[in-house]
Amino acid sequence: MTERKDLIQDILPIEAVELLGAAQDLRTAGYRLGQACATFAGEELELLYSFEKDNVLKNLKVRIDAKAPEIQSVTAVFGYAFIYENEMHDLFGITFKNLSLDYGGKFFKIAKETPWNPAYVKPETVGGDD
Amino acid sequence: MAKRTIIPFGPQHPVLPEPIHLDLVIEDERVVEAIPSIGYIHRGLEKLVEKNEWPEMVYVIERVCGICSFGHGWGYCKTIEGNMGIEVPPRAEYLRTIWHELGRIHSHLLWLGLLADAFGFESLFMHTWRLRETILDIFEETTGGRVIFSVCKVGGLRKDVADEKLAEIAETLNGLKKEFRELAGVFLEDVSVKSRLAGVGVLSYDEAAALGTVGPVARGSGLNNDVRLDGHGAYAELGFEPCLETDGDCYARCKVRVREVFQSIDLIGRAIAKMPEGEIAAAVKGNPAGEFVGRMEQPRGEAYYYSKGAGAKFLERIRVRTPTNANIPALVKTLQGCDLADVPILVLTIDPCISCTER
Repeated sequence: MTERKDLIQDILPIEAVELLGAAQDLRTAGYRLGQACATFAGEELELLYSFEKDNVLKNLKVRIDAKAPEIQSVTAVFGYAFIYENEMHDLFGITFKNLSLDYGGKFFKIAKETPWNPAYVKPETVGGDD
Repeated sequence: MAKRTIIPFGPQHPVLPEPIHLDLVIEDERVVEAIPSIGYIHRGLEKLVEKNEWPEMVYVIERVCGICSFGHGWGYCKTIEGNMGIEVPPRAEYLRTIWHELGRIHSHLLWLGLLADAFGFESLFMHTWRLRETILDIFEETTGGRVIFSVCKVGGLRKDVADEKLAEIAETLNGLKKEFRELAGVFLEDVSVKSRLAGVGVLSYDEAAALGTVGPVARGSGLNNDVRLDGHGAYAELGFEPCLETDGDCYARCKVRVREVFQSIDLIGRAIAKMPEGEIAAAVKGNPAGEFVGRMEQPRGEAYYYSKGAGAKFLERIRVRTPTNANIPALVKTLQGCDLADVPILVLTIDPCISCTER
């Protein structure tokens, strides 16, 4: 019987400040970033980053405050994470610090008002509409 | 210094089957930067998990894409089956593999036709899509649908396929293989086709790896990250080996897809020959109460399916990350420095599926 590598599930909860270091460790170990997504979890947002090596996944789970969600971007380690982090920024209102390629909220353009995050407190804008 | 101009490319453009928008920053005729934006056909499919019970969500997830709908249905079922620890009967795994590989042939023939149309080879486009009809006919005869099939369910399948029908499919595909060999010769040997594709949009192995590229785009650069190697479905028992090319240009990406059409026909033939007897669905009890991250190799590449449940009828989260999403960084990179005239071909060779990307 062939080993079902897809059934191996490794979901590791970590602190937000540990994310960048943990991503670096996984990269050093030969993993690549597969996906990143956000989920509402009460008054928090749960971020899941999935990494893959030889068809085995490792997932890092981070919880951050949903009112003013902010976390360090992993683009310093995986440059192409910008595609997932821009999406999470646009749809969930998460601010990614040091995001290497920041489309400034103009990546995911939908008719419905974003972010969807019900707890999100929009920062005051100065200088009116641009 | 050349003057910089921004050209909006899409969301409506003759070469785009679906709407992506690119702001192309050009100097003379050369692209120096490409800024993508999406969202024109966002349907909020993931959010529908709040209104549909988890067994019904398979119908929603199938509709992520009209080309690889079976694969998305399977991917959703796979993540729920993993979540609930359900073991799917072997016959269902074999039939799922057959339908999924038929979907790959259908997708690649569709893409090859679009490619031919993009470089102005109308007759090649029409012949490629004529062959694609054969696959759609097989779908209709075995599932009742040509685009959305709804045969996949959590635990297995809703429909079986009789052994006589399977033998007929094998014969039909042998005929298709002969016809496609002629077309493949044109795609891979014709001077005008080759001159339009060879050396264009080169993505080296290192670049493909550094940009998180997936699917035929990655395999065209020699990067082997084919999910069919992870032991799911019937692939391990059928002796699957990915098709890899090393040149990393548009021609290599085309060649991978041409080879994969033949490979899928062979895989289906072997699956039919080894088809196990037995049930097509396992009993399913309870509700998903954990998390599971599953993956599938869709025709366009690796897709992720994340499910999170709390033992209730409604899941807390379903997430689908489609291959086009993962290939946008590679597209942005290969567009930098290319000629404006090559932009349509470059966009097309990642085989973009924007409705998948936006969900």
